[in-house]
Amino acid sequence: MYKVAYFPGCSLSSTAKEYGMSTELICKDLGIELVKIQDWSCCGATTAHITSELMAAALPAKNLLWAEKQSLPICSPCSACFSRLKLADIDMKRDARLRADVTEVMGEEYKGTIEILHLWQVIQKYGELKPKKELKGLKVASYYGCLLTRPTEVCPDERIEDPQFLDNLVISLGASPVKWSYKTECCGAAFSLTKTDIVHKLSGEILKDAREADADYIIVACPLCHSNLDARQEEMGLDFRIPVLYFTQLIGLALGYGYSELGMMKHFVQAKGLLNSKGLL
Amino acid sequence: MRIVLGKEQIESAFKKKVEILSNQRILSCYQCGKCSAGCPIGYEMDYLPNKIIRMLQLGMTDDVMKSKTPWLCASCQTCTTRCPREIDVARVMDAIRIIAQVENRSPVKEIPIFNQIFLKSVEFTGRVFEVGVIGAYNFFSLNPFKDIPLGIKMFLKGKLSLMPHSAGNLRGLFKRVREKEKRSAVSDQLL
Repeated sequence: MYKVAYFPGCSLSSTAKEYGMSTELICKDLGIELVKIQDWSCCGATTAHITSELMAAALPAKNLLWAEKQSLPICSPCSACFSRLKLADIDMKRDARLRADVTEVMGEEYKGTIEILHLWQVIQKYGELKPKKELKGLKVASYYGCLLTRPTEVCPDERIEDPQFLDNLVISLGASPVKWSYKTECCGAAFSLTKTDIVHKLSGEILKDAREADADYIIVACPLCHSNLDARQEEMGLDFRIPVLYFTQLIGLALGYGYSELGMMKHFVQAKGLLNSKGLL
Repeated sequence: MRIVLGKEQIESAFKKKVEILSNQRILSCYQCGKCSAGCPIGYEMDYLPNKIIRMLQLGMTDDVMKSKTPWLCASCQTCTTRCPREIDVARVMDAIRIIAQVENRSPVKEIPIFNQIFLKSVEFTGRVFEVGVIGAYNFFSLNPFKDIPLGIKMFLKGKLSLMPHSAGNLRGLFKRVREKEKRSAVSDQLL
């Protein structure tokens, strides 16, 4: 069993409930023990870093400190939470004054001794993935979005403009990744509520490109990407629908879990018909 | 447009503030335009990102502060990743937004309103309470019915809760952060 301090993030108990359900389910099979951080609190998301430098470091630090005390690596399935946790760690290491300020407001010092990982990294490095079912015939567009691959200081990867790790995961599950151009384009992110027209345009283009590449599904690793691509899909005036799954749900299908166990009925665009027709349910 | 360039402009206090807050060197930029070429939201901006950097170099403080560009940045990090001079452009946009909010000079209203409501939720419950945030945001941005049908569908799917998931409030932490920032601002001015 590989033990990690688990930082689910706010979305996983609300708009991305199914991401949380599928994560907890598959981690057991993969030999990963998720130790929930006691009273974990919000990472500051998209608002703290544009409002206050100190707040943007202090909010993640509260959770990092807990994990450090337990000597556990910390992991989040949300790309934005992961990015904020990691950036706070990087900033505090680079800027002695910021670190001193955070120590002052927190009342204890974060030493920066723990590893900060996205869930996919934990699965890739430590997960024992033994698929029970081959997802043959599924054409999948792997959508990485922004914060799973950028900036380089947070996500060192040799292929930053054309990442492969989710595509490789798709292959290892027996499905086929499609080649497409929008895998790292922005979905509009936090403008979901404040500038919804931007989200409609940006996410709409991503969906169209996935469709043109003949993908059956899009997989994502971020709750905000998911809600922009799935929940807002019907607002975009498109003449097609394409289901958007979390990568954990795809793994769950290969491990033999059922549609509702993986929370897939919670999506706005249902994947059931297609999965049934391919004999995968 | 006539621009008078002197030491005062090139070494403007505003540019210095942005440089300190973002930990970036604005004068490193040689205007290749790669940041703007890759910006997914450039089509909505009044000045493209490379122009904002140029305006900072030229000490055009008021024009930068009035521009909507920093507020349209989604922090997607494409510019930051591609800059050949290794300027973290997204952080420069963050710094401009932080300064504008502290000085109450933001040219757009809805995003600072959203930030404040979001952070209030975190302050009082430790986490984000979506229904409360959306409701308060709609109210204060004078658009009370926005996203109601979507919200109802989400609620029916069990994705939205009418009660906050509290992790204990963070009022103490928020208070200490505010006090610390006030003290730092005073000592910075004395320097």
